[in-house]
Amino acid sequence: MSGEETVADHGVESGDSVHLVPVTVNGLARSATVPARRTLSDYLRHDLQLTGTHVGCEHGVCGACTVLLDGRPVRSCLIFAVSVQGQEITTVEGLGQLDADGDPRSLSPVQRAFRDCHALQCGFCTPGFLTTITAGLAENPEPSREEAVEMIAGNLCRCTGYQNIVAAVLRAAELTKDPDAPNADDGHRHEGDR
Amino acid sequence: MATRYFGTSMRRTEDLRLTTGNGRYLDDIGQDAVAALECAFVRSPHAHARITDIDVTDALEVPGVIAIYTYEDLEGPAAEPLPVLIPHPALHAPRTGYPLANEMVNHVGEAIVMVVARNRYLAEDAVERIRVSYEVLPPVVGIPASRAAVHAVHADVPDNVAAHLIQTVGDIDGQMASSPHVLEIDLEIERSCSMPLEGKGVYARWDADDRSLRVYSSTQTATSVRAAIAAKLQLPLGKVEVIAPDVGGGFGVKIMHPWPEEIMIPFAAMKLGVPIKWVEDRREHFISSAHERGQSQHVKVGFDDEGRLLALDVVFWHDNGAYTPYGIICPIVTSTQLLGPYKPRSYRVEFFSIYTNTVIVTPYRGAGRPQGVFAMERTLDRIADHLGLDRTVVRANNFIQPDEFPYDHGLIFQDGRPLIYDSGDYPTQLGMLKEMIGWEDFPARQAAAAAEGRLLGIGLACYVEGTGPGPYEGAHVQVQTDGMVDVAIGLTSQGQGHQTVFAQIVADELGVPFDRVRVVTGDTRRFGYAVGTFASRAAVMSGSAVALAARAAKAKALRVAGEILEVSAEDLQLVDGVVSVKGSPSHAIDLGQVAVLSNPLRYAFDDAAKAATQFAKPADPDKPPVAPGEEPGLEGRDYYSPPRSTFASGMHAAIVEIDAGTSDIKILEYKVMHDCGNLINPMIVQGQVHGGVAQGVGGALYETMAYDENGQLLNASFMDFLMPYVTEVPQMELGHLQTPSPLNPLGIKGAGEAGVIPVPAVLASAIENAMGFRISAMPVNPNLLFALRQAHEAGEIPATATNEKVDRT
Repeated sequence: MSGEETVADHGVESGDSVHLVPVTVNGLARSATVPARRTLSDYLRHDLQLTGTHVGCEHGVCGACTVLLDGRPVRSCLIFAVSVQGQEITTVEGLGQLDADGDPRSLSPVQRAFRDCHALQCGFCTPGFLTTITAGLAENPEPSREEAVEMIAGNLCRCTGYQNIVAAVLRAAELTKDPDAPNADDGHRHEGDR
Repeated sequence: MATRYFGTSMRRTEDLRLTTGNGRYLDDIGQDAVAALECAFVRSPHAHARITDIDVTDALEVPGVIAIYTYEDLEGPAAEPLPVLIPHPALHAPRTGYPLANEMVNHVGEAIVMVVARNRYLAEDAVERIRVSYEVLPPVVGIPASRAAVHAVHADVPDNVAAHLIQTVGDIDGQMASSPHVLEIDLEIERSCSMPLEGKGVYARWDADDRSLRVYSSTQTATSVRAAIAAKLQLPLGKVEVIAPDVGGGFGVKIMHPWPEEIMIPFAAMKLGVPIKWVEDRREHFISSAHERGQSQHVKVGFDDEGRLLALDVVFWHDNGAYTPYGIICPIVTSTQLLGPYKPRSYRVEFFSIYTNTVIVTPYRGAGRPQGVFAMERTLDRIADHLGLDRTVVRANNFIQPDEFPYDHGLIFQDGRPLIYDSGDYPTQLGMLKEMIGWEDFPARQAAAAAEGRLLGIGLACYVEGTGPGPYEGAHVQVQTDGMVDVAIGLTSQGQGHQTVFAQIVADELGVPFDRVRVVTGDTRRFGYAVGTFASRAAVMSGSAVALAARAAKAKALRVAGEILEVSAEDLQLVDGVVSVKGSPSHAIDLGQVAVLSNPLRYAFDDAAKAATQFAKPADPDKPPVAPGEEPGLEGRDYYSPPRSTFASGMHAAIVEIDAGTSDIKILEYKVMHDCGNLINPMIVQGQVHGGVAQGVGGALYETMAYDENGQLLNASFMDFLMPYVTEVPQMELGHLQTPSPLNPLGIKGAGEAGVIPVPAVLASAIENAMGFRISAMPVNPNLLFALRQAHEAGEIPATATNEKVDRT
């Protein structure tokens, strides 16, 4: 599949040095020419138009901007785009997209689990949790509850009180093993429940 | 029988978008071919100063800078002070700022100069080169300094008092004089803030040909932002449209409006004729949005031997920050909701809303209630301690009883309406809560732990929350010719799942499958009359409105179908998107086809439309195609306007363990009883409660706004402002009681803010129970608790269970 190149003019006029930044994002070759001070989060969001990655604090604390760099979770607001030339990046868009029928089962186990467990409200912090947990489950496919807590302990959410995010980590582990696993929780989560 | 969606934990429609990176938040807008210009602001580094000069010369040389604006560039209403949104007779000295500072700055962070540039990086480069000269004035920081009034925030308000209000019920002086016991208590609550993960943001696009403005704002009220922009920029309302896109959390801060940027970004877009965007960064959010909670409270209480409240006399000082754009809603809420589920024989509450040179104070989830509940519940704990009674007994002795509803407190609530509770069952809730937490067994557990050198404590608190205040909300329900149902409401969503819950209501009321209903919120193009999302009102207000609008659409569907099927509408039913004759299911017509035929046509734009054209079928030559009193199309529009608020309630209990060495505070158990009437979607209600409790834990144990004496906010970052991570939030257990509201068609009460309200009071009660000395200020973090413990050991803080022998003061 062919990539796409964007020539961004940010900062060109200010005399900033600019750099071509080729990367592989969600399996596609992409590149744009950007100033050295362009953060990876801005590069993804505004040069490559991948706005699923969100910026919550700009100083690496909240984790909303977490993307996977060569499979490892990193805070894209703390990384300059030029420093990831040639590397492989996975953003929330790359975890899974609805198929043509809009079947929720076409989403990744972590994405499905978040919906099953009501692990998101406003959704702003969610991309960072989804990428973090995707990497976490790759490393530890069967976490205990304590390990699930540990897995998400570096991400901030102001909406959910984390209760259902912890549940979603466990549910995602279950769905990874068995995509048809019934949602055996408190009985509130199934469509049609009374 | 068709599926009933009301009361069902439907998975959220929103999530398919939000889990795949396809949400559209403010900063996601403006990526099209004409990229938006971006902005940055010069903000005051001083808490109180007079601006003597602004020199932008160097900034103009920064490449990519398009425009720089100061107050001098404003004109007409935009150059006047920002509105006082909620005037009140007691707010005798309201003051508001300007879109850009006009000579004076009154808090660090106040906007002074706006820079528009090709992108934010360049705009910030320019901001750094703007030189503003100041005459620095003495700042007023903190409630004691404001009360002392050695210096004034606003020169023409020398006592720093913006508002003063007293409400009295009953013979407070007589009751106090004859009370067997009297106590006086001082209580302090520090500032916190909403702190949504997405800050504010505004995008504006001016259409010069059409002379119209489209604005996107990360707001909790699209309709009112629209009206404010139209007024400030002197545009006809019809030429302004405001849309709240996906909003990354609000919790109150985004109900405040118009923010300076909500005026300035559209202003610049009109001046420059290009799209302009501003996205708040985190530091800006800390120093130029809004905070809440800071109050000093003094309680004098008279009570009998059973702990019954005979006279409750409360005075408090509310730190409203530099300006009062949102009026005095928070202190009014404190002063009325302080009463909770209790019925003191007499009550007097007096407050002073006072200025400080700090960020403005507007409602944050709970909006004055956590402070009020803290005052009442700390008082009841003190009474129990004083009398040697169980804390739950004192509460039970003061409850309004189930047969006493509607219960009129004789006060005026924040909606300007009487404070009359509609329904509730507090004794049952308390019983359920005691069961959940193991209240009766706790003393044994505490003693066993103590034997091992462990400090355990238990606490509880009760609250009542006035939810769903008016004046109104409305809804529009339209059945399309393909059978899809479009629903529009005016108020916005910040994560409460409105797209899902309102579709549940419409699907039930209309009689269509859930997945045929599409809901749009907070878009003035689709629905122009609305108030906003605040005060736990969306489900009550818009939920009721969509039910009424859907009923209107259904009534029309049955009328139209009755004409077609030549039966009376009463003989028809609408189930699963099909209108059929009762008892004769084959005699039926699809709802989409009813929509086609409800709109008589001349032109067939598609196959389905042919059926509605003029030669399609014989018609009565004496009747007009659209019957008198009818309108074309299959739609319903209606509004819900309640007589007054509906009152939800809840009670929380916690067991904490305090580290005997470090005073670290660990919440071992957290139980919630909650009554918000009928539940539309239990899963979503639970999520709201979870999130509220987590914010309550933050407010009780961690979050403060650390202003120094110069008015500098020392902890304006996520490194220093300590919001709870997953490791700080206990696993919760929830119980629901459902006492329906008699005030609205669905029997619902609001749930959005509930979780946060009693948490500081609960944890203070539990920590006090563990430590054996009084806790009278929140938040309490381990450092502070450690210091309190040392003070207690030095005899500076009295132990609990030490009855003052001299009762009478």
